[in-house]
Amino acid sequence: MKRASILITALFVLAGCAAAPQGGAMPTLDTGVDTEAWVSVPAGEFLMGQHEHETLIDYDYQIMVTPVTNAQYARFLNEALAAGAIRLDGEQIVTYYPGDEFHGHEHEEPIEAGDWPVMYLNDEGLRLTFDGATFEAKPGYENHPATLMTWFGAQAYCEFNGWRLPSEAEWEKAARGTDARAYPWGDEIARNQANYYSSHDLFEKITTGVGDTTPVGFFNGRTYQGYQTLDGASPYGLYDMAGNVWQWTGDVYEGVHYRYMRGGSKADYEYNLRVWTRNNAAPTYASINVGFRCVDGG
Amino acid sequence: MQSIVQRFNYLFRSTKGLVLVSIALIALVTAVWGTISGPMAEWGVRDVSVRLLGMQLNPAEREGRIIMLYHTIALAVVAIETYLITEHIPMKQHQQVTINGTITVGYILAMVFGLSFAYFGHNWAFHGLFLFGMSLTFFAGILLAAALWPWKKEYHVQDREYSHWGKIDLERTAFFVMAVATLGSALFGAVTGSYWGNGHETFLAEDLIREPVKTALQLSIIGHLHIMLTLIAVALALLIGRWYDFKGVLHKIAMPLMIVGTIVITLGVWAVVPFEPIAHIIIYVGSVFILLSALMLVIFGFRKLIREGLAETGQRGFVPALGALLRDPLRFGTLWQMVFMNFTVSGIGIFVAVKLDEIFRVWPARDERIILTGHWHVLSGIIATIILLYYADIAGLKGRARRWFGWIVILFSDLAFASVTVFEMKRLFVSEANQQPVVNWTMALVDLGLGVVLVALAGLMIWRLVDLFEKRGRWAAELAETGFPADDAPQAQVQPAREGTK
Repeated sequence: MKRASILITALFVLAGCAAAPQGGAMPTLDTGVDTEAWVSVPAGEFLMGQHEHETLIDYDYQIMVTPVTNAQYARFLNEALAAGAIRLDGEQIVTYYPGDEFHGHEHEEPIEAGDWPVMYLNDEGLRLTFDGATFEAKPGYENHPATLMTWFGAQAYCEFNGWRLPSEAEWEKAARGTDARAYPWGDEIARNQANYYSSHDLFEKITTGVGDTTPVGFFNGRTYQGYQTLDGASPYGLYDMAGNVWQWTGDVYEGVHYRYMRGGSKADYEYNLRVWTRNNAAPTYASINVGFRCVDGG
Repeated sequence: MQSIVQRFNYLFRSTKGLVLVSIALIALVTAVWGTISGPMAEWGVRDVSVRLLGMQLNPAEREGRIIMLYHTIALAVVAIETYLITEHIPMKQHQQVTINGTITVGYILAMVFGLSFAYFGHNWAFHGLFLFGMSLTFFAGILLAAALWPWKKEYHVQDREYSHWGKIDLERTAFFVMAVATLGSALFGAVTGSYWGNGHETFLAEDLIREPVKTALQLSIIGHLHIMLTLIAVALALLIGRWYDFKGVLHKIAMPLMIVGTIVITLGVWAVVPFEPIAHIIIYVGSVFILLSALMLVIFGFRKLIREGLAETGQRGFVPALGALLRDPLRFGTLWQMVFMNFTVSGIGIFVAVKLDEIFRVWPARDERIILTGHWHVLSGIIATIILLYYADIAGLKGRARRWFGWIVILFSDLAFASVTVFEMKRLFVSEANQQPVVNWTMALVDLGLGVVLVALAGLMIWRLVDLFEKRGRWAAELAETGFPADDAPQAQVQPAREGTK
C-alpha cells in the first residue's frame, strides 16, 4: 500500500518534470508549398455540416492555400506596429476593435469598443522573438503556422492587409468542396496525412513525443528525413484544413461572444478534424493550437 | 442435453445467472469496442479490429454509433439492477419471472441488433429489432413499477426499524418512485428518437454546449441522458442499502430524502425543456436530497462494518476500527466509491458550475467538453465498479481472491478516475505550452488503471466461465437457491440468503 502511494506520487512528480516542447532546435523543412498562394472558390451550393445541409454561397472568393505562418505574422506585427494599427501595452500587444452588439443572453459577455489583446508576449509557447523593436520567427518555425494570437489578432492581420477572416461556411466549403466527404481529402484519415493527437508524425519524434506544429503544407505527399507523408490537400488545393492548428473564423453571432474555430489541431483526436467540427473560445483566448487564414472577395 | 438445460436455467432463470450474463456481455462489448478508441486506437489495434470484424466506421456516423453503444451498455446495466430489485424486493414470483424474462429478451435484442446496425452496415431490420428490444425493456419497466406498487397490504412494513409512513414501506416507495421516474425519463429520449430523420438530427449533448438556442428536442435529449444516469445511480444506492440491511434512524431519514430527491430532480430535469432557466435550480435542490440520503447510507454502512469487525476481533480503538472498516474491500468498496464520487464528480461539477464564466468558458469549448465527458464517464465508471464489487460478493468470491479483487478494483479504478480529473483540470495548474507531459502521464495512468480493472473483471468472468463446465460447480449451487435444483448440486456451498432478501 505504502509502495503504491509512493509510486503514484512519483509518477505525478515525474509528469511535472517531463520535457517541455522544444523551442529552439527545430529543423527548417521546405515543403515546396507556396505560403503566399491563394486559390479561388467558385460561387455555388455545397453540403454544410455533418448532416449535409445544402448551403449556397453566391459569390466567388479567394482563400489562402495555407494558414498564416510565423514569418508572415512577424512581418505583420512589425508593419502594423510601425503604422500604429497595433501597439504594445505591457506584456501584450493590443488593437482597437469597434465592439459587438450586446444582447444580454445568458453567459454572453460584452465586447465593447476599445483596445483588445492581439497577442500575449509572455507565453512560453510563443514561436516569435521580440527584442523591443522587431518581431522575428524563431529559427525553424518560420513556415509553421502562426499561433497564440487572439481572435482580435487574427482579425487585425486580415484587416491590415485588406482581407478578412472566413465565415464558417466559406471555411467549410473550401475544406470540403461540393461533396459529402468528412476530411478535406476524403472519408479516411491516415496518420501520415495530418497532424493530430498521436499521429506519430515527424515532429512528434523530433520533440520526443511531446508534439508540435508542422510546417504549413507539410502533408503533401513528400518525404522528409525518411518520413513519407500523404497528400492532405482539399478539393481546392488548400493545405492544413484538418489538423495542425484550429483556425479562427470571422462570424459574430447574436447572443454569444464566443468566436468559432474549425479544423482541429495537433492536440486533438482525429474526429475533431472532420470538416464540420466546431470549436469556440472567448475572442481574447490565445493558444499554441490556434491559428488562422484569410479570405478575400465576396 | 440435461446439463445444457440446467446451465440455461442457471444463466437465464436465476438472479445470479442473469446478472452474470449481463456483466459478461458488457465485458465482451467493452473488450471488443475498447479496441477501437483511446490507447488501442493510438497503438493501431483499432485497424486490426475493424479489419477482422468487418466494421464500417463512416466518420459522419460516429455520433450515432456512440449513442447506440451507450444505449446497449446502459440497458444491460438497467437489466442488472432490475434483476437485483426483483430478487430483493418482495413481489409475486410470476411478476419476477415475467419482468426478468421481458427485460432479458429486450436488452439482448437491443445489444445484439443495435451494435450490428451501428457498426456492421445498416440493415434496417436490425434497427427495428434494436427498437423492439428497447420497447421490451420499457415494458419490463412498466411491469416492475406495477410490481413495486407500495400501497398493497401484503407489502406493508412489518419491522418498524425500517423507514415507513404509517404502514407504507418507504424503501419500497423509493424503488417505486425511481422506477416511475425512469419510465417517464425514458420517454423523453424515446419521443425525440421517434423524430429521428424527421426533424431531429443525431448529436452528442456535449457538442451543444455554448449554443445560445437549443431546440425542444435537443433539450429533451440533454435532460434524458442526465436523468437516466442519475436514476441508475439512485437505484444502485437503494440496492446497496438493501445489501447492507440499512435500517434504523438513518434509514428513516434517508428514505424520505431519497423519495423527495428523486421526484424533485426528475421534475427538474423534465423542466429543462419548457423552463430551462430555472430547471438547474430545481435539479440542484433534488441533488442535495439524494446526496444527503446517500450520505446516511455511507455513515450507516461504515459504522456497521466497524461494529461487526470489532465484535469479531474483540479489539477497540482507532486502528482496529480502521482495520475493521477496511477488512472486506467488497463491502467497504461499494460505499467508498460513493464517497470518492464526490471528489471526482460532484465536487468537480459544483466547482465548474461556480467558476463557469470566470474560468471554464474562457477556455475552448473542446476543453469544456472534455470536462463534461470525463465527468459522466467517471460517474458511469464508478457505478460499474460498485456493481462489480457487489456482484463479486454474491458470486461467492472469498478469501485472498476476494481481497485482491476488491482492492484492485478500488485502487486502480480510483487511480484512473483521479487521473481523468487531473486531465480535465490540467489548465488550472499547467500552461498549455507545458501540458503535453501531463496529458501523456495522466492518460497513461488512466489506461493503466482501467486496464488492470478490466483484467480483474476478465479474471472473475473466466472463473465463472470455467465453473460452468464443472458438474458440481458454484452455478449448480446457485441454481438450487432458485428452486431449479441441479443434479448433485452441492447444497453445502449455497450462500445463506442475505439480510434483507425476500
